[in-house]
Amino acid sequence: MIRFLASRVGFGAGVLLVLSAFVFFLFFVAPGDPARMIAGDKATESQLQQIRKNLGVDRPIVVQYGSFMQKALSGDLGFSYRNQQPVAPIILRRIPVTLSLVLGGALLWLSIGVPIGIMSARHVGSLRDRLGQAFILVGLSFPTFVLGMMSLYLLYFMPKQAGFTLFPAGGYKALSSDPLVWAWHLALPWTTLALTMAAIYARLTRGQMLDVMGEDYIRTARAKGLSERRVVWKHGLRAALTPLVTQLGADIALLLGGVIVIEQVYGLQGVGALAVQAVANQDRPIIIGVVLLGGLFIVIANIVVDLLYVLLDPRVR
Amino acid sequence: MSGIAANEPSAGAEVVQRGSFALTVRRLRRDTASMAALCVILAVILLAVVAPWVAGITGHSPIEQFRETGLSPAGIPVGPGAEFWLGTDQLGRDVLVRLAYGARVSLLVGVFASMLASLIAVVVGTTAGYFGGTVDLVLSRLTDLVMSVPFLLCALALVSAFGPSLMLSVAVIVFFSWAPMARVIRGQVISLRRQDFVLASRSLGAGPLSIMVVDILPNLAVPIIVYTTMQIPNSIVFEATLSFLGMGIVPPTPSWGGMLADASSNSLYLVAWWLIFVPGTALLMTTLAFNILGDGLRDALDPKSARTVRRLRRRPKAGAKP
Amino acid sequence: MAILEAKGLTVDIPTEDGTVHAVRNVSFAIRPGSLFGIAGESGSGKSVLTQAVMGLLPNADISGEVWFEGRNLIGLSQEEMRRLRGGRIGMIFQDPLSSLHPFYTIGAQIAEVLHAHETIGPAEARARVVDMLGKVGIPSPAERFDDYPHQFSGGMRQRVMIAMALILKPALIIADEPTTALDVTVQAQIVELLDAMRRDFGTTVILITHDLGLLSSVADDVMVMYAGNRLEYGRAADVFRAPAHPYTAGLLRSTPASYRPGTELAPIGGRPPSLLATPAGCVFAPRCPEALARCANERPPLRVYDDGVESLCWLEAGAGRARPVAAAAAAVKAADPEPVAEIEDVCLTYQTGSFFGAKRSLEVLKGIDLTVGRGETVGLVGESGCGKSTLARIVAGLVPATSGRVRVLGKDMASLDARAWRKMRREVQLVFQDPFGSLNPRRRVGAIIGDPFRLHGIASGEERREKVRRLMEMVGLNPEHYNRFPAEFSGGQRQRIGIARALALNPALIICDEPVSALDVSIQAQVLNLLRDLQRDLGLTYLFISHDLSVVRHVCDRIAVMQGGRIVELETAERLFADPQHAYTRTLLSASRTLPAFADGGARMLVETRSAS
Repeated sequence: MIRFLASRVGFGAGVLLVLSAFVFFLFFVAPGDPARMIAGDKATESQLQQIRKNLGVDRPIVVQYGSFMQKALSGDLGFSYRNQQPVAPIILRRIPVTLSLVLGGALLWLSIGVPIGIMSARHVGSLRDRLGQAFILVGLSFPTFVLGMMSLYLLYFMPKQAGFTLFPAGGYKALSSDPLVWAWHLALPWTTLALTMAAIYARLTRGQMLDVMGEDYIRTARAKGLSERRVVWKHGLRAALTPLVTQLGADIALLLGGVIVIEQVYGLQGVGALAVQAVANQDRPIIIGVVLLGGLFIVIANIVVDLLYVLLDPRVR
Repeated sequence: MSGIAANEPSAGAEVVQRGSFALTVRRLRRDTASMAALCVILAVILLAVVAPWVAGITGHSPIEQFRETGLSPAGIPVGPGAEFWLGTDQLGRDVLVRLAYGARVSLLVGVFASMLASLIAVVVGTTAGYFGGTVDLVLSRLTDLVMSVPFLLCALALVSAFGPSLMLSVAVIVFFSWAPMARVIRGQVISLRRQDFVLASRSLGAGPLSIMVVDILPNLAVPIIVYTTMQIPNSIVFEATLSFLGMGIVPPTPSWGGMLADASSNSLYLVAWWLIFVPGTALLMTTLAFNILGDGLRDALDPKSARTVRRLRRRPKAGAKP
Repeated sequence: MAILEAKGLTVDIPTEDGTVHAVRNVSFAIRPGSLFGIAGESGSGKSVLTQAVMGLLPNADISGEVWFEGRNLIGLSQEEMRRLRGGRIGMIFQDPLSSLHPFYTIGAQIAEVLHAHETIGPAEARARVVDMLGKVGIPSPAERFDDYPHQFSGGMRQRVMIAMALILKPALIIADEPTTALDVTVQAQIVELLDAMRRDFGTTVILITHDLGLLSSVADDVMVMYAGNRLEYGRAADVFRAPAHPYTAGLLRSTPASYRPGTELAPIGGRPPSLLATPAGCVFAPRCPEALARCANERPPLRVYDDGVESLCWLEAGAGRARPVAAAAAAVKAADPEPVAEIEDVCLTYQTGSFFGAKRSLEVLKGIDLTVGRGETVGLVGESGCGKSTLARIVAGLVPATSGRVRVLGKDMASLDARAWRKMRREVQLVFQDPFGSLNPRRRVGAIIGDPFRLHGIASGEERREKVRRLMEMVGLNPEHYNRFPAEFSGGQRQRIGIARALALNPALIICDEPVSALDVSIQAQVLNLLRDLQRDLGLTYLFISHDLSVVRHVCDRIAVMQGGRIVELETAERLFADPQHAYTRTLLSASRTLPAFADGGARMLVETRSAS
């Protein structure tokens, strides 16, 4: 067990290492003068010299990387000259936004997608199944940003034209100020996120349930005289759970680094939006910081999922 | 006493289905949804092909800006009408023409990236699954690594380093698409490798290459075709997303994602609804069609794996139904 | 007063290809406390019948009547059926590993039955479950209550299933092939257990199986099914000693379990019919050796005989040719044949353990000595895990032995370089167990059989096709089906394809790894006879591997019994059966049942003829 954990953590560390190296070296093989990139166009030559010395660009790349990693491990992710602030706090400030979006969306898509998948599987071939499958297809095919923009148009703009405000145009209000306002502002982003993801989970659940419901132990459960509801939920879903959990872990992790599109459409100042701004501003330290953070989330999520797997499937133990 | 085993099925019995091309086509043709999807795809392809003609007919090129006729005095784009059939965008360019040229980009990138990703996935997955051991360990870890990477962020990082371009978009899409498919292929190859017919080939003296090509690959045909088809809409959306974020195709070359990006800047689409509904619907229809076709192909190629019970399922008599 | 009585039960299942007539107009009555056997091969409808009765087939069209405890089960609502299941009727299925939920403890799964039918507290439920586990022979039941199914062996798992079925002391138990997935010695224990439980609790047992030997030893009454029809019905003793229906007779003659010295297996020719079509006459007529002209056109009536046996047949006096067939001239075997394969002190040890886990070594073979002479058939018999398949792979050269020497045609396998190893492929060939897995489903049969020629560059083009066609004829396949895919052939035919592939290069040694285990009983005889004829005509040498002693008895000259990686006894076939030396051999022999001797004389009297309604 310990060995297993150790190997997973080891792999995770490896991923972070590769990721950080990739992103770090990327900027040094890319065209352009790093100092100018960081400092901006208005810097004077002496300022640039100072920056170069601060960055230590005269040292070999590997040494720079080493010192960067050293600092990163103690929480110092560098300094953003554009924003004139250290990188780490900038990113940290954005995390609650992204976290609210992703976790709220996850709750929503699970409560929509999984029941639809189960319903589809239980009534295979019927009208309900066909509707479920139609939902899956549409949800999978709807590009997130298109859905987002259409939602804004239909649910914000048109009511606005008619004179009332159905949903806000976006932006984020902190949870601490007023939970209701917080939720109201996140309602449209959550639905946009949840629709595509619900389709993925509905399809996964449906497939898993179809597989599981054909298994022999389901037949045994029925032969024991258990009620159909118990058969489906206690025996069926339980067996179908494991791949769902694995997928959930992977998705949450990826999304924490990737809800960029939704943040853009709805004007949410989250981590993703930060990354986009950083690219536009050529603010490399922030980009490096965000990529590392995304990688960290994924590694943590993978480990948690692996642990859950062991918990859920007694055969693995 | 062994005698000749009677090969002919008993009178009136069904002929077992052959895995032949003709049967697959027949099954596919019976699926109305797939046929409709195929029509949509052909329509999009047609649109892409005749883009120059569309430009010719309307008299507008995709990058020409018509500031007098295309924009209102306040600078707001003009809606669908006689001169611009689908309206104009914020620079007074013809949306219809740009849509047609944008289709080229989407289709080219989508199909090309998917095929390339498939090729890589098949090679990696088959090698890892067949040889096992250290080769498998290394390749699997590599696959896991690629799948663990936050792809959009990395794409952003790459673009910010090298600047946006079509080649980069394709490379990024290919790089992040092959891993999930490789994992699936690897799983299939592992279960195929355990089958007796592979052992039989080995006992006959076949080498690894012969076994992989002659024995294993034909059994992978179905997942490969289905996955590649399903990958196309993913690639198209990925490209559109990159363009939307300003990372993909360089303007003024039209692309559906880019058109949507222009629409969303300054929330322009709120006053010009056609700017999202036209390219948005086109994008949606295309991806929907490919997804439906992919599902239909999977059911047609391998009916045993069909997850639907077809219409023949009768309503059972009372008392027997739950 | 019968505990379960069926009248005119018919089950139709709609599928994509049409309506499958799984059960056609079957009637029977089961005496309380008896063991009722339903015998039949795959596709006979025996499983569908019981599942339909239990309400486990919601899509099916069921008509007829099934009376149980004063109620007709066919008309019952789903809720009432649910209450009967587990409470009054219990079921045991074939594969206990897949039939138990892998994620819940066995104790919890058994207790679930209690909670579903009674209001009972968890402590009391647990006590009852532990008590039941003890009764079915699970050691330390209180501790094992919290174990998961994968922590038990096959036999133990089946005991758990039995406990689960019996815990509410139902009136009736349906056991669907409960022993098929188990080792021979374990089978006997499970059957013993079922019988004991029957006596202790007074439960009636329906035992569904294809194993006639099993039924002849434990069943009181038996019903023989074929393609959904009930062909014969009566007391087991009467039916097996002197079958009335030609199908039962044919089955008995082709079952390897029925061995008489000096006789041979007589297979039933042809294939079972499709269940989609309804024949005009008797469903067995196309394959029946005693078919009359009217059998093909008119539905046979029900013949009732004086001893209670009922038969659905046109023959009035019952099956005539039920007696075993005298053996054909055997192949002449040389007295002291030159050795084809010499296995000397072969050992195989696997190193297991993950990268981070402890390394364990597993000794699979612990010193095997065996010689196979030219023209001989040597049998390797043992239960699962004894290493016989592994030994086969070592002799075939597919797996290297850890120590010891294997010589084929005088050449040491370990000393072969790559090219010589490839050449050796021509001398040793394998026939596999699984007719479905051993042929590439995406390749045509002609290509599969022609593989040996292709791989060794021997023949190509028209010459290869000619050779393949000749091979197909030799094994009894129609050479015009050269271009078909394996899916279009039956299990028995696929085995023939595998045999043709093995024969292609005329190898010195053919290793048959459980070649008939996955086939239906009547087809087994066809393939066994084919193997024997080929040996006689082509002078082949076989190493025959099986877990079934009765099969091995029919084909082998010498038999080696394996247990735990060692050969515990090596003898000629007759001497092994007549006078087994080793204790394990004796256990194996007593566990495999032979059918009772065919009783001569005493023909039965036809009492009544009813038209089949």
